[in-house]
Amino acid sequence: MTKWPSRPTALRKKGNKVASVARAFGGNRKRAFPELALVQEGFFSPLFFFRVEFGQFPRREDSGRVAMEASPRSSSPHVICEGDWAVLKRGDVFKAVAVVKRRKIVFEKQWFCLDNAIGHVYGTSFEVTSGGSLQPKRTLEEMNPETKEAGTDNRNIIDDGKSQKLTHDDIKALKDKGIKGQEIVQQLIENSTTFRDKTEFAQDKYIKKKKKKYDAVMTIIKPSTRILSTMYYAREPGKINYLRYDTLAQILTWGNVHAGNKMIVMETCAGLVLGAVMERMGGYGSIVQIYPGEGPVRAATSCFGFPKTFFDSLSEFPLSKVASVLSGTFSLTSLPSVSEENTPVAEDKNGSGDDKELSRPEVDMECGPKVAMESGQPEDQEMVEFTSEALDDKAKGTTFKSEEGIRKLSPNQPINTHDKQKKQEEKKRKLIEAAALLKNKDADGLIVASRFHPASLLLLLLELVAPSRPFVVYCQYKEPLLECYAKLREKGGVINLKLSETWLRNYQILPDRSHPKLIMSGGGGYLLTGITVKNESINTSDCLDEPSTKKRKLQEHH
Amino acid sequence: MSFIEYGDTIKEGDTAIVFLGHESMFPVKVQPGGKTQTKYGVIRHSTDLIGKKYGSKVTCSKGGWVYILYPTPELWTLNLRHRTQILYSTDISLITMMLELKPGSIVCESGTGSASLSHAIIRTIAPTGHLYTVEFHQQRAEKAIEEFEEHKVGHLVTVKTQDVCKNGFGVTNVADAVFLDIPSPWEAVGHAKLALKHEGGRICSFSPCIEQVQRTCLALEEHGFTEITTSEILLRVYNVRTISLQIPDLGKTADGNSSTGVDGGNLSNEDALCPNLPQETVQFKSGVPLKEMVGHTGYLTFATKNLF
Repeated sequence: MTKWPSRPTALRKKGNKVASVARAFGGNRKRAFPELALVQEGFFSPLFFFRVEFGQFPRREDSGRVAMEASPRSSSPHVICEGDWAVLKRGDVFKAVAVVKRRKIVFEKQWFCLDNAIGHVYGTSFEVTSGGSLQPKRTLEEMNPETKEAGTDNRNIIDDGKSQKLTHDDIKALKDKGIKGQEIVQQLIENSTTFRDKTEFAQDKYIKKKKKKYDAVMTIIKPSTRILSTMYYAREPGKINYLRYDTLAQILTWGNVHAGNKMIVMETCAGLVLGAVMERMGGYGSIVQIYPGEGPVRAATSCFGFPKTFFDSLSEFPLSKVASVLSGTFSLTSLPSVSEENTPVAEDKNGSGDDKELSRPEVDMECGPKVAMESGQPEDQEMVEFTSEALDDKAKGTTFKSEEGIRKLSPNQPINTHDKQKKQEEKKRKLIEAAALLKNKDADGLIVASRFHPASLLLLLLELVAPSRPFVVYCQYKEPLLECYAKLREKGGVINLKLSETWLRNYQILPDRSHPKLIMSGGGGYLLTGITVKNESINTSDCLDEPSTKKRKLQEHH
Repeated sequence: MSFIEYGDTIKEGDTAIVFLGHESMFPVKVQPGGKTQTKYGVIRHSTDLIGKKYGSKVTCSKGGWVYILYPTPELWTLNLRHRTQILYSTDISLITMMLELKPGSIVCESGTGSASLSHAIIRTIAPTGHLYTVEFHQQRAEKAIEEFEEHKVGHLVTVKTQDVCKNGFGVTNVADAVFLDIPSPWEAVGHAKLALKHEGGRICSFSPCIEQVQRTCLALEEHGFTEITTSEILLRVYNVRTISLQIPDLGKTADGNSSTGVDGGNLSNEDALCPNLPQETVQFKSGVPLKEMVGHTGYLTFATKNLF
């Protein structure tokens, strides 16, 4: 019989684990999300920024050299390089990490450094040894316990709790000796009195279970929407408003997201939706991210490891200013002048300072009172800051073209106010650009996926979209979308409205043991999709909440 | 017009979607002098369509009107002429994301069928990617080529007429992803592996029956594919309705006009349809599931080709 790859079946245990993670989220966040621990362990400390700014951060060409030694295919983008964003995978568990040398990473109760992984091809599996280093595993081992005896049923198997002759202490001793996980599993099998009497299937299940526990093989893979959306839904669903990955897939398709589009994205999903849209647009076209509060959150976006060029066509615009753009009263002069000379240099948070200033003056949208909530996500912000620096760093290392890049690379040159000013001017320029893009009201699509009530957002932002373009609104709950539906019907200018939800069922496929997985997700949110059309009667007046006429309503139902 | 790039005005040669009302639409090829009959009367292409903006209302001869929409792969899927069973956008979405398709991806597909998925793939991988699609049915293959040309995406796709199980995709070591929608996908798994890039890629197989999935998974495992997973995605559509439920008469109405306790018909509903019914009602909005829904299209099996 063919051996099947170990695919962990959905066990009740897993459900418990999810619940415990959720509990931990309320309590000890550090334990629930080890990557948050990094924040506290000083990885994002000012000192780190200092190192980055002054070019002591090992650069891509260095790692390229390392890669060359380790693998002949170093030039390929498929090789793990320092500065990359990578995803660790063990079984069905994922974790996104930045590849940095001499940095301790905790994943699935193990700690290690990624140093040895650099230069290997993405998709390589590694075994974690006791010292925290990684040993590449060329061939995924096929463990074949030579005993091919098996029972036919369990009528004589009694649970006396004594079937395993190795004690807890024995196992611990084996582990402490640094014996390979695979051998521990073998020992467990040999010392199980009931193993031989188990049915072949039960033996298989036993091995898989033990392997999962003791055989610590981890694979390093390249980030993608598939991986990151699966990861976020499993690890931190609250941060992405419980947007399940198949729902995200629907958003991208129904939004007709593709290269060359001019998209408007309003999300509070840690930047995951934005990243997904960016991946699908491949750097072609433009995206305006509408953000509530003080600035866009892009923690998840940075995990994609996009090239710097992808960010050239990405701009952001404060939600609180959209109405003023629509009414034609938007101007930069209404913003306070940007003078930030007195900010400490090393801790420059990449211009988040201006964001603060920008969103404060005129809060005319409903996000006003919620600004405080935004600031309650310091770890997100820090993630973004770190990564945008790292991205700059990486891009400069690879392309080495822009003048600014070269200047920045030269060590021992302190960041001067000139640089800072330049950055702020750049930011201002981008803001004007974004306003101009919006002003045309000719976007090719709108995607809304936020924790806010979608109705007012949608009515406002749809004004920015050209006719005959799709829009998609995500909400964790169905009821607000019912309201959206009614309001859009009333207002007109949209057709083919559809409220939907997808269900996702995963299967275990094994010879003679195929069935749906025991646990499936209870819900991944709802979508309201539709297509914009010319709303002739409203074209004349710009009023947002013009009461609908009975006539139009009748027409809708023709 | 092109399926991969939006345009504003309707031009000669475009494929436009005529939208008549709820779920009622059809595609039309815009030609000078062309006429299209609808239940609201005739649409004259030269005067009614050419030069107009997409998304505008077009009045037909009998006074009724329709909307003219820009063709997207999703609208095309709902309007194309079926030559085979087709994949719908719900499955297509998951396939696209799980195969990690994006601009620049090289994709192999078989069979082409009615090219519903093909259009979605081409949309996603444009402008730098390429689709190699294999269809052993001569007539279907030719029809697909014709459509791709008409939709101005011909440069992004190569249609081959051959049996993928015997002759493969006609390319080796180029693909980032392979999609199989054929009766015996396990016979094409080896060819799929050859078509995928040396450094790896993703594969997906769509099969309606679990026995097909079983054999495909075995074949994938034998060929060294990893991360083999099978899933199924179902779309639930809700009708938005304002529902009013009567409050039962519990025989207590006699003493003092009841309604004080029960907040009947007062649920902040701006479009309260029936204000003064003899009996009290409670109104609310609900998303009502359709009476019938698609319960099964097919199982989607995904896997990764790894170097090791």
